[in-house]
Amino acid sequence: MKPAPFAYHRARSVEDAVSALANCSGTAQALAGGQSLVPMLNLRLVLVDLVVDLGAIAALKVASETPSSIRYGALLPHVAFEERRVPDASNGLMPLVAAHIAYRAVRTRGTIGGAIALADPAADWLTAMLALEAQIALIGSNGRRTMPIADFVTGPYSTTLGPAELIEAVEVPRRAATERWGRCKVVRKTGEYAESMAIAVIDRTRRTARVVVGALDGAPVLLPGAALAALADRSGDVQEIVRSELAASAFTPAQLELHSNVALRAIKHACA
Amino acid sequence: MKMGDMKIPVALTVNGEDVAADVEPRTSLADFLREQLRLTAIHLGCEHGVCGACTVLIDGTPARSCIALAVALEGADVRTLEGLAADPVMRTIKDAFHQEHGLQCGFCTPGMLITAWDLIKIMPDPDAAAVRVAISGNLCRCTGYQGIVRSILRAAGEVRTCRQREGA
Repeated sequence: MKPAPFAYHRARSVEDAVSALANCSGTAQALAGGQSLVPMLNLRLVLVDLVVDLGAIAALKVASETPSSIRYGALLPHVAFEERRVPDASNGLMPLVAAHIAYRAVRTRGTIGGAIALADPAADWLTAMLALEAQIALIGSNGRRTMPIADFVTGPYSTTLGPAELIEAVEVPRRAATERWGRCKVVRKTGEYAESMAIAVIDRTRRTARVVVGALDGAPVLLPGAALAALADRSGDVQEIVRSELAASAFTPAQLELHSNVALRAIKHACA
Repeated sequence: MKMGDMKIPVALTVNGEDVAADVEPRTSLADFLREQLRLTAIHLGCEHGVCGACTVLIDGTPARSCIALAVALEGADVRTLEGLAADPVMRTIKDAFHQEHGLQCGFCTPGMLITAWDLIKIMPDPDAAAVRVAISGNLCRCTGYQGIVRSILRAAGEVRTCRQREGA
């Protein structure tokens, strides 16, 4: 065994998990699928006094539908999206994103809520959820609150999640059938963490567009100017605007080239 | 005794048999299977979820036993290579690895075999590119993968032929 010793609590409900997190005198950590937390414990990058296991909470493993959105339980594994065991709010984007996370043996265990809570900049769900305007539903010792993912993720591995708080669900608004999406992801080897990724969603009927670039040094970024130019079909301007919007992030010339090209490919696919 | 040293009871199914044990929370499923149950087909390479040598089936789908905590698998159905010894598809895959030089040192082989078994289950007629994607989470440092890809393609073909015969 590799991790340092820690205590363990198998939570029976979200309320039980929150109270276990709140009552821990040391460092407590919620365990979802464990596909990032356990490697980090094994490598002793993370030291915790208590692991609160959410794995037995059935309420976190279901999706529920409303006319305007789909609420995905935080513990739904990536494979549930990939194999379309849950309804899709995104015209096929979420199943595709899920199918390209790490390897199948990781996708069977890793969860959407766990990935978003960790907020690894290269996590596929962060970029996808920002593109799809998801809301993050949280529960903590002060009750429930919901916020847009743009407000939830504050930087690399940084979120507004409180010490005794956990993600209960991810709510994705049903995307219009008229919307088109494009996605591009650059990886050195299948299943590795991305060097760059981008998603564009463009709806010419409803006149809406979003372009998101991820796998950066911090949280994914929106390129609103590029989205407007793509929507207006000013393809001649798009390249210049993508570059100028990304240049604000102080990348090296090589990084700027990479992220610009990835964003442009996503836009091109969404416009095709 | 510190809190973290306290053992926790866990009950699960391993290769079809009920197992109940007290484990330290930090014990990985891999260590639990190897050291307490002596199921040594689980190989530990990287121990942080990258190499795939420790791949087992949890509730019927592949998972990395080095980054699964034994204590968190209450009620789970775990199957290792030992538990697939009599499985006809696994026997076919093993024969194909023998025929097509699918292994040299054998360290990655248990994980490769489990991954191949799962691939053939979900994708009965994969092409070479699909096989390469499927085994991309399993590292082999001997074969250069050529033999492994050939082995899995051969096994998939033999399983299909067998099923067609059964169906006819």
